[in-house]
Amino acid sequence: MNISLILQMAADTESERIGLVCDTRRWSYGALLRAARGAALNISKSTCSYVALLDESSEAAAIALFAAAMAGVPYVPLNYRLSNTDLGALLSRIAPAYIIADADRIRQLSSEGRHIVRSRAAFVAEAESMADAAIPTDDPGDGIAVQLFTSGTTAAPKAALLRHANLVSYVLGTVEFGSASPQEAALVSVPPYHIAGIAALLTSIYALRRIVLLPAFDPDDWLALAASERATNAFLVPTMLSRVIARMDAGVSAHPPALRAISYGGGRMPIELIERALKLFPDTDFTNAYGLTETSSTIALLGPEEHRVAHTSSDPVVRARLGSVGRPLPTVQIEIRDEDGKPLPPGERGEIYVRGDQVSGEYRERSALDAKGWFPTRDAGWIDAEGFLFLAGRADDVIVRGGENISPGEIEDVLLSHPVIADAAAVAVPSTEWGEAVGIAVVTKPNLPPPSEDELRTLIRNRLRSSRVPERIAVLEALPYNEMGKLLRRELRKLFQS
Amino acid sequence: MKPGTKLKSTVCGTEVMVIRGSGTVVECGGAPMVEERPAEPGSINPRFAQGTQIGKRYVDAAGTLELLCVKPGQGSLCIGGVPLQLKDAKPLPASD
Repeated sequence: MNISLILQMAADTESERIGLVCDTRRWSYGALLRAARGAALNISKSTCSYVALLDESSEAAAIALFAAAMAGVPYVPLNYRLSNTDLGALLSRIAPAYIIADADRIRQLSSEGRHIVRSRAAFVAEAESMADAAIPTDDPGDGIAVQLFTSGTTAAPKAALLRHANLVSYVLGTVEFGSASPQEAALVSVPPYHIAGIAALLTSIYALRRIVLLPAFDPDDWLALAASERATNAFLVPTMLSRVIARMDAGVSAHPPALRAISYGGGRMPIELIERALKLFPDTDFTNAYGLTETSSTIALLGPEEHRVAHTSSDPVVRARLGSVGRPLPTVQIEIRDEDGKPLPPGERGEIYVRGDQVSGEYRERSALDAKGWFPTRDAGWIDAEGFLFLAGRADDVIVRGGENISPGEIEDVLLSHPVIADAAAVAVPSTEWGEAVGIAVVTKPNLPPPSEDELRTLIRNRLRSSRVPERIAVLEALPYNEMGKLLRRELRKLFQS
Repeated sequence: MKPGTKLKSTVCGTEVMVIRGSGTVVECGGAPMVEERPAEPGSINPRFAQGTQIGKRYVDAAGTLELLCVKPGQGSLCIGGVPLQLKDAKPLPASD
């Protein structure tokens, strides 16, 4: 089934209901469908092989996603923050493409003359002008709907492929059609090239939940838009939530009046931060979502009730689940495996494998699925006795000290419990004795002197085992993050090597 | 039919997408569903006229077949005269 049917169903059911708000413009489902059909016609005429978006979030992202699906070509949202060199390399992999972007930027980037480039305004205007001429095209098939380049924190970006079947399976498995009331509005502030940004368009439209787009995240703008558009739902990555809370703590804005549910994911949520958020938003439902690009977004959820139970429990096992990503969706299977690929029992740490119709695990170059359809996530984790999944960092980030596997997260949690420490990271440092040992980088709260190295070592020795005690300690102004709030551990490893 | 096939009623406006199952003849309003709608609609069998709802999923008792209704109509869905059931959807919190 082609994902364009999602928008078609929404428009058939509630043509006049407002489905998307961006800047000052409000789009009904019917208007979005007409624009997508017009754009599909223009894309088909161009005979381009891809539709690329090199822009912030806007109605153009939604129109391009569905128009590409109707035209039967992959939609490729690109990270507009990449350098010209990196972007040029990606553009050469999708030529010829119909690109929605700033034309001057594309000319600087690409000597490839076969691309067709439209500004956001021109793309939308041309789509609307064709809308009345547009008749449903030939069956566009249900091949590749979306191609996303992975962030390439370790190597050259891989082209992850999501088929219509993967995305539709995710949407049908997680959302009931038309389940949102006309009052509901989802505030979407993740960039369009992130899987959560794409999933938000699909699931919100299928639920008939109005999408309110914030083109570029800023905590004050987020709070203001949440209030003025009476957003009921929002998705944030942990760094965004942390910035929102910092502004509220500074007394900048009142509580968004209609906000009922916040989901978060896309990075590690420090326990302190979620506890603070639960106190600050006592009437808000929190949902932690764990997923990857290659799995069409969410595969495991910690729901609102589970947050409350964990937050208020005196049982340490239950309480610890506030730091878990919950349980697998009913439509996916999750297994923890050792290095030889053997499934591990509850409580034992290994690599997270996932299987299900929404799991693509497919790259342009090859499929990463094993013979039985399992996808190795490269995330490390374990499952507790009641099936709650805990993440323990990327499999590549595990510190192997004399054969003992150490998860950076356990050390970071202890460091963050220190009253003076604002941020902390643990990475592997080379050790002649152990192969690898622990190195830590810490950031202190404003205007506070850092604790002594002895104090930090004692803290870790007392709370964890002696093997966790850091060999190297660095005090930094800030830790290196990418724009989605992912910690760049390779930068820290480099720091300790120099 | 197979997953991805769109089936249309010959007696009402119902259209369904096949999510799971293949090679089965699905009836709507008492008449077999087809991929290309005939020029003249047939008449609905009043015994099979409970209607279909957009966005609902319909399954057989054996769990081998699943259909998503993408356009609603007056007919009801059956296999060999046995009505299909609405699939129970366990609500999940919004996560995107």
